[in-house]
Amino acid sequence: MKRDLTTSLLAIVVMTVFLGLVYPLAITGISQVVFPGKANGSKVSVDGKVVGSSLIAQPFSHPALGDNGKPRLDEEGEEILAPDKAYFQPRPSATGYSGNVTYFGNVGPNSVEGREEVRENLAAYVALEKPFDRGLTKDQVPVDAVTQSASGVDPHISEANASIQAHRIAAVRKLPLARVEDLISANTDGRSLGLLGEPGVNVLELNIALDHPTGEAQ
Amino acid sequence: MAQGWLQIAVFFAVLVALVKPVGIYMARVFTNQRVFLSPLVGPIERLAYKALRVRPDEGQDWKGYARSLVVFSLLFWIALYLILRTQGIHPFNPEGFKSAPWDVNFNTTSSFITNTNWQYYGGETTLSYFSQMAGLAVQNFVSAAVGIAVVVALIRGIVARSGREIGNFWQDLVRILLYILAPISIVGALFLVSQGVIQNLSHATVIHTLTGGSQVLGQGPVASQEAIKELGTNGGGFFNVNSAFPFENSTGLTNFFEMLLILVIPAGLTYTYGRMVGSQRQGWAIFSAMAVLFIAGVAVVYMAEQHGAAAQHAAGLHTHAFDGSTGGNMEGKEQRFGIADTSLWTAITTVTSCGAVNGAFESLTGLGQAAPFANLGFSEVIFGGVGAGLYSMLLYVILAVFIGGLMVGRTPEYLGKKIGAREIKLVALGVLVTPLFTLLASGLASATRLGTRSIYAGINPQGFSETLYAYLSQANNNGSALAGYTGFVQPSAPGNSGAYGISFADLLGGAVMVGARFLPILFVLAVAGSLAGKKVSPAGLGTMRTDNPTFGFLLIGVVILVGALTFFPALLLGPVVQSLTTRLF
Repeated sequence: MKRDLTTSLLAIVVMTVFLGLVYPLAITGISQVVFPGKANGSKVSVDGKVVGSSLIAQPFSHPALGDNGKPRLDEEGEEILAPDKAYFQPRPSATGYSGNVTYFGNVGPNSVEGREEVRENLAAYVALEKPFDRGLTKDQVPVDAVTQSASGVDPHISEANASIQAHRIAAVRKLPLARVEDLISANTDGRSLGLLGEPGVNVLELNIALDHPTGEAQ
Repeated sequence: MAQGWLQIAVFFAVLVALVKPVGIYMARVFTNQRVFLSPLVGPIERLAYKALRVRPDEGQDWKGYARSLVVFSLLFWIALYLILRTQGIHPFNPEGFKSAPWDVNFNTTSSFITNTNWQYYGGETTLSYFSQMAGLAVQNFVSAAVGIAVVVALIRGIVARSGREIGNFWQDLVRILLYILAPISIVGALFLVSQGVIQNLSHATVIHTLTGGSQVLGQGPVASQEAIKELGTNGGGFFNVNSAFPFENSTGLTNFFEMLLILVIPAGLTYTYGRMVGSQRQGWAIFSAMAVLFIAGVAVVYMAEQHGAAAQHAAGLHTHAFDGSTGGNMEGKEQRFGIADTSLWTAITTVTSCGAVNGAFESLTGLGQAAPFANLGFSEVIFGGVGAGLYSMLLYVILAVFIGGLMVGRTPEYLGKKIGAREIKLVALGVLVTPLFTLLASGLASATRLGTRSIYAGINPQGFSETLYAYLSQANNNGSALAGYTGFVQPSAPGNSGAYGISFADLLGGAVMVGARFLPILFVLAVAGSLAGKKVSPAGLGTMRTDNPTFGFLLIGVVILVGALTFFPALLLGPVVQSLTTRLF
């Protein structure tokens, strides 16, 4: 018994030092030297300023203004946000695209809340896109466009979602639709090794490419 | 769906290909033979014995082995609790987090000592980098090694023809850590960083977004924790949304790699088992029984999720797939994983006791939830947690042998050893103690106002599912959750920040995890001790074979029977109701 106690106490100290400090700090050191970009969050810069991470979605919206020119507030006194029509829109988020306070939306499969959420998102999506894509009906809306992602910061949208939004972007930015579609293709991440996962269009990278057609962004 | 099935098939093929090499390697480690890492790790190993004052060649009987294990775990519980309680004074705390309330710490400590990693804490909003690294990640290694050590001791008991010794706990612990968990984690962590998983000690980064707003990006030593979190079937996320967060799981490839990390040891151990008992067929029989149940679970989740959820259909959303869209239930799922890889992950994390998630379980469809419920209800024997899965399955194997023996009217024998009354009593206790904890705790939590406070979805089938799943998950040391169920008050606190403890859920859950981890371990070690030194009688004509498909099906039948008899009534009230109706609640 006494030997068990002694060995346990020694093991706790040794393991905490080696597994808890030496291991993660060594991995940190190696990563910072070998993969500094990835290890620090795959940040994306424009004109030398960091504007986000290519792995983390960010909102492309503005406070919605009321008739009096002031931001409209919801029942809880928070500003209502309206999508910025000049940008591709990421998937709905339960967390307001928070990159440091994360939680699931926890919408149940058979919940009234779930029906209302999808119904509202569907109506908003059609209302935003239909003026630019006349033939758009509810049946054609891809599921990712109206459901909340798991992380709240899903960096991707589906290709179908992007091609619908392309009509709006082309009209608002006065670009040929073909040009916008080219940019979508250029900013689509395919399946890993051509096989694993699903393809997705990286919204932040695509929007940066729209703002900087000559490609000075990095 | 063809592309999805292909991905699932490729994953399974790669896993099967790894079973043999990994199994052989682990068998050599457990039997103190040379492996390719010996020249590198051998000197460290000898140094470790010296530092810990261990005599590795000194065998222990089951009581000695159990005593070392319990004393070690108990003291480490205290140490981890103290680390979490005193979080405010430690280094590597750029956000300046104070300690969470004591009852949350109680739950988290119990959770990590028992290889559960239930998250009533929110990683990035509750814990400093020091607590994550020196507190939780250490347990990711250690609790996994303890689980593996127990199954190795059980195998030795099954094999030993003389004497009462089942190995040396300290030697097993050291060798498992040095030869298996640490090397794979080091390589795995670096690979994950190369694919975009973050690894730094920086303060959370404030960013000015393209449209002039600001966004804060959480940072931290994630990859080093991610690797062992999957490999040790631990599952506690650095971030609250776990492996759904792109900084933990950035691409389809990292997702594939992390799924392999979760299953490689539990699956490989079946081969190790065959090798150590001297008949590879015995190992493959167990592997096959596990694989059948596993694949059935994957298929159910995938098809259910591809169908979409009742609430989405009611809203008028078309959930069919078409060119450029995955279709299906994408609520709480990530585009880069889609339906297939989220479904596969969901099955993997619930057959093993990992519990890491890459999507929101609460948003799975009714039937999509039913598969995780079933996987947990079968007491995590379909591959299961590292070590824990195989030792639990071996209890079921002995039970199946016993039932088979009753059917043919012979004294049951397993691998030449007679299974007596004492072994069967211990096996029955070991098999039933986990369901007992589950049902008692979820009954208590469903029937009291203290318990229902934790429910997020309301008093309806989903709310009952949340409760049952919470205690099923904690009792089986899994750690995945229908995450609305909480030890924190929602939704006034965004995420888990704020950490107002619901002491009832924290304390009940913590107690369940500890009880349902260590009692079965004691029963398993007692079985090992009881089998060790039993005479081996040669197999005769009437001996029931335990290495053929007939036995495989008997084993599957016993697992399903025990699980169904225990949980069927409870499952009817939650996931089954939701999968049979399009009604909304």
